[in-house]
Parts: sequence; structure tokens; C-alpha cells
Amino acid sequence: MTAVQIVFLAVAALTLAAAVMVVSLRRMMQSALALILALVGVAVIFALLGSGFFAVSQVVVYIGAIAILIIFAVMLTQNSMSPEHSQMNPGFLYAALGSALLFSSLVFILSMWVGFYAIPVNLDPSVDTITVLGLSLTDPQGFALPFEIVSVLLLAALIGGIYIARDHHRD
Amino acid sequence: MTFWTDPIGLLDAWLFAVLTGWGLPADVSRIILYILGGFVLATGAMVFTVFLIWLERKLIGRFQDRFGPNRVGPFGIFQTVADMLKIFTKEFITPDGADLIPYNLAPILSVAGVLFVWAVLPFAINMLGVNLNVGVLYVVAAGAIGELGMILAGWGSNNKFALIGAFRAIGQMISYEVPMILTLLVPVMFTGSMGLNDIVKAQNPWFVVVAPLAAFIFFISQVAENARAPFDLTEAESELVAGFNIEYSGLKFGMFYVAEFLHAFTISVLFAVIFLGGWLGPGAEKYPWLGLLYTMIKTTVVFFTILLMRAGLPRFRIDQVMDLNWKLFTPLAIGILIVTAVVDKSLALFTPTIRVLGLLAANLVMLLVTLRFLKIFAQKKRRPLVVPSASTELPDDISEVLL
Amino acid sequence: MIPLSWILAFSLALFFIGLFGAIARKNAISILMGIELMLNAVNINLLAFWRYLYSAHMNGLVFIAVVFAVAAAETAVGLALIISAYRNRRTITAGDFDSLKG
Repeated sequence: MTAVQIVFLAVAALTLAAAVMVVSLRRMMQSALALILALVGVAVIFALLGSGFFAVSQVVVYIGAIAILIIFAVMLTQNSMSPEHSQMNPGFLYAALGSALLFSSLVFILSMWVGFYAIPVNLDPSVDTITVLGLSLTDPQGFALPFEIVSVLLLAALIGGIYIARDHHRD
Repeated sequence: MTFWTDPIGLLDAWLFAVLTGWGLPADVSRIILYILGGFVLATGAMVFTVFLIWLERKLIGRFQDRFGPNRVGPFGIFQTVADMLKIFTKEFITPDGADLIPYNLAPILSVAGVLFVWAVLPFAINMLGVNLNVGVLYVVAAGAIGELGMILAGWGSNNKFALIGAFRAIGQMISYEVPMILTLLVPVMFTGSMGLNDIVKAQNPWFVVVAPLAAFIFFISQVAENARAPFDLTEAESELVAGFNIEYSGLKFGMFYVAEFLHAFTISVLFAVIFLGGWLGPGAEKYPWLGLLYTMIKTTVVFFTILLMRAGLPRFRIDQVMDLNWKLFTPLAIGILIVTAVVDKSLALFTPTIRVLGLLAANLVMLLVTLRFLKIFAQKKRRPLVVPSASTELPDDISEVLL
Repeated sequence: MIPLSWILAFSLALFFIGLFGAIARKNAISILMGIELMLNAVNINLLAFWRYLYSAHMNGLVFIAVVFAVAAAETAVGLALIISAYRNRRTITAGDFDSLKG
């Protein structure tokens, strides 16, 4: 077992523990903090998979924006649910059972697939992945159209978010 | 490879040889060295803060026509050490009803958010933690972690002043991130890389010459991001008592304090590296110690400017801070980005001198247009002068009114 | 190096924890958090397949960038909806929004 594998196992265990805390803790604030921990864990996994760009993007997008938005929402709505009551729907055991069943059956199916045991190819060090990615994002033969559509989506979300969250009664 | 040409590489090779000599596998000793390097860098930065706090207090004292610390040691240089010892011995007071995990996590995240930046700062050609190929993005990500620390401090303290302070801080920091990132794209565009060391190497001439407006906006946004005067609304004493860190005492408060002072220095280094050519200078490629000296001189100039701003300018109101960002800086930054890209690309075929002159002219035109717009806008906004009319004249007998 | 199977198992586990959270929790913000976990699991898969099987193609990486943007948009609009609903109904329990039920 190499050092990288040990790091991966530790980070994966931490991430999964944090994810379980996200869905099981009663106090929303702690649940949000656990979500941040899980997101950091995913960022470390990205870095281990050799994509520093997406690891850093994960921190910028998820922790810099999404986690802070969620914390804000938790603060603004903190009076609506008391932590003494259960946060779970009545039939949550069925959900747990179904998730576990799907998980184990998918792992079983995947274990029969050849690609499951693939060995990572060594990346060509002369190719700068970010440069290639950037070029393909702006290449009309590549992904220029999806890229533009995503920017329109973000603009729409920006305007929609501002419009929906505004207090219409006050003005 | 000698001490004068590559001190860090020499030390690294020697320690690696020592560790593998003990029979450790190569990758384990590599990881140990990474951890050791991070530890040394972080500790060095924190110890350096002791000096910075003294320097800032001394200089602010001079700006305000007083002596500043002058009792402990020569020129009061050990004042911060004494303060540190005092803060170590203070009691930790946890407020009633505090949310313990966020409350205790917040100071750590605040300091971590600043220290993370130090991993990518190039002090000289080979004196740097790592030349990350996404360095600029990494700096932004580290800022996000600092914001998280603030909001957790505000929430965890169970105090309305802390919460209001945190809301203000987050609103201000997130807003000023927008023009900051947009102007950071200008040097990245010139360089073609996001690595900070590559950005330094590409500065011929310095980027502050070819993109002065972007440099100005970046500088102001960074000062606002650091919540320093004149943008220190987050800790406006007259309104909020102390801001998001009101409930902290002892070393926990000390960590916020260290984070703020170290952040001011860190943004000075960042500005020097990104816009003022970093370690570039005669002989710096051959002798990194010279490069370190150049970086420090440039950093000191920027740091001094920040201190002068803090000493000389009154605090903005919160709506003025937000107006400055959303109505001036963000549109201007978008404009700068587009105009610089077009001008740079269309002048790429000419000689470097023409390119620099063209970029300068473009910046000048943008500045004039902005000033023109500001003038129109300011005239529209200005309140009309109140002229007392006949009906509002004071009655002849003032006692009528009083009775 | 890390075997692909470990990464896939890990991302599957993360996905199903997120799915459980999205199904089982009452709180609308919790449901959003569960969806975030699921999107992250998908991103891990995309990156792993790029790294192990198709490192010459950029499709997977572009898809990750798109997922980032979609996640950000979804959270912004979703939280805006939740806050707006909280303002009108004083609750964020997903089951309580049933006034359209006959």
C-alpha cells in the first residue's frame, strides 16, 4: 500500500462520515458544517485524481458560494424547525433500505465489469490539461455552444434568484 | 546548487538524503518533507506577524503624531512579544448559548485562510512553496475560507452585534470578490498562465504599467476584502461595538488579530507579485536573495500605502461601500477586461513598445470615460440647495413658536 | 496508485447517502444538501473515468464544469425559493407545502 492509497482511504472515510452526518444530524447548522467538510474531502479526492484545477474550483464554487449561501439560508430560517423534533420523514427506514440495496447491487454489477479494475494511465506531462480544456471550451467545433448556454443559465439563475428572494410585500 | 543560488533546494535535498538515510521509503520522506515545509512556512509567517504588528503600530503612531509603542525594548520592538505573553495567559470565555463547534472553528479558519495563500507566494525565483498552475484561483479559494471563518464566528457567538458584523463582513467580502477576480484575469490574460511565478516572469514591463486601472481596482478590492480602514465597517466600533469577534477572548481573539495583520501584509505581497514585478530586478534570476530583497522593497511600498490609507481616510458608510463596488468597480472591471483583451490581441503583431503605448492609451480613455460618467452621475445625485422661502421665515416674535 | 474500483465504490456510497438525505429529510434545505452530495459523487465519477480510461478526451472535464455551474444555479434559485416560501408560510418543511392537494 503506497502513501497515496493511505491518504485516499483516510480522506474517503472522512468524507463519507461527514456525508452521513449531513443527512443525520438534527441541528441544521451542524449539518451544514458537515456538508462543508464533505465538500473539502471531495476537493482532496479531485487533487488526488490529478486535477488541481477542479480541486481549487470545488473550493471556490462550493465553499466560497454554495456553502455560504446554505449557511445564510439556515440562519434566516432557523426558527422554523426545532432540533428536538425528528428531521426525518416517517418512512425514512425504507429510504435507507432502498439506498443500501441499490448501492450493493450496483457495486455487485460493477464488479463484473472489466473496466472496474482499470489501471490509471500516466498523464502525458507535456500536455497542460487546463490549456487543452480552455481551448476546447472556446473551440466552435468543441464545446463553445454548451459553454455559452451555461453562461446564459447562470445569468438566468442570478436574475431569478434576486427576483424570487425579494420581499414583494415591502415595496 | 549552492546556498547563494538555491537555498531551499539545497535544504530540501539535504533533508531528503537524511530521511532516506534513516531507511524511510522515498514517497514517505517526500510527504514528511511536504508537511515539514508547510509547518515551517506557516510558523515563519506567524512569527513574522509579531514584527508586523509592531511596525504597524509604530507607523500609525507616527502618522498620528505620537510615538507609538516605545517602552519595551529598543524602539518598543518587544511590545508585541509582551502583548503576546499577556494574551496567552488570558482566560477563554465562552458565551452562554454559543454553538461550540462553529465558535471554536472560526478563529482557526480565519488564520488558515491567510496562511494558505503563503503556500504559493513567490518571494524569489526559487523561494516559494509551490508554483501551482492554478495559483490565482487558489488565492481566491483561500479567501473563501477566511469568509467562512467570519460567518461562523458571527453565528457561533450567539450575539446580535457579532451576527450583524458577520453579515456586513460577508456582504462586503463577497461583493468585492467580483471586481477582484475580474481584474485578476487581466494579468492572467497577459501571461497565459495562472501560476504566480509564471506571472512574475512574464512582467516585461510590469503589469502596473500596462494595466494601471486593473491594478488600482485590484488594490482597492483587496483592501476592502481585508476589511481595513476605510472599509472597516465590519468592526465599526461606534455602531457594532467590535464586529464579528466581539465574544472572543484570549488567544482566540489573538488569532483573529493575527489573521487581520497578516492578511494586510499578504495582500501587499500579492500586489507586488502580480502587478509590480515581484522578484524581478537586476541579477535576481541568478541570486535569489537579491530577488527576495526586491520583493520585500516592493511589498513595503504597498504596505506603507495601505497603512497611510488607514491612518488618513475616514470610514465609509455601508451603502457607500456597496455603491462603490456594484455601481463603479464591477462595471469598470468588466469594461477593462473586454477592452484590454481586444487591444492586446489587435496589437499583438506590432513591436512591444507600440503594444504598451496602446494599452496605456486604452486605460487612459477608459479612465476619462469613467470620470465623465461619474461627473454626470454625481451631478444628478447632488441634493438641491435648500433656499429658505418666504413661508418658512421665522416669525417676528420667536416666543410665539416657543409657546 | 489508487484502483478505479475504490473510487467508484466511494462515489457510489456518497451518491446513495445523498439520495437517502434527499428522500428522507423533512427540511427543504436538507434536501438541497443531499442533492449537492449527489452532484459531487457524479463529479468524482466523471473525473475518475477521465483519468483512468479517457485521458485524451476533454468531454468529462467539460461536463464537470457544466455540473459546477448547474449546481451553483440550482442552489441560488432553490434557496431563494425556500426563503420566499418561508416568508409566506413560516415553514420550510417540504411536506407542508400541500395547498395544491385536492
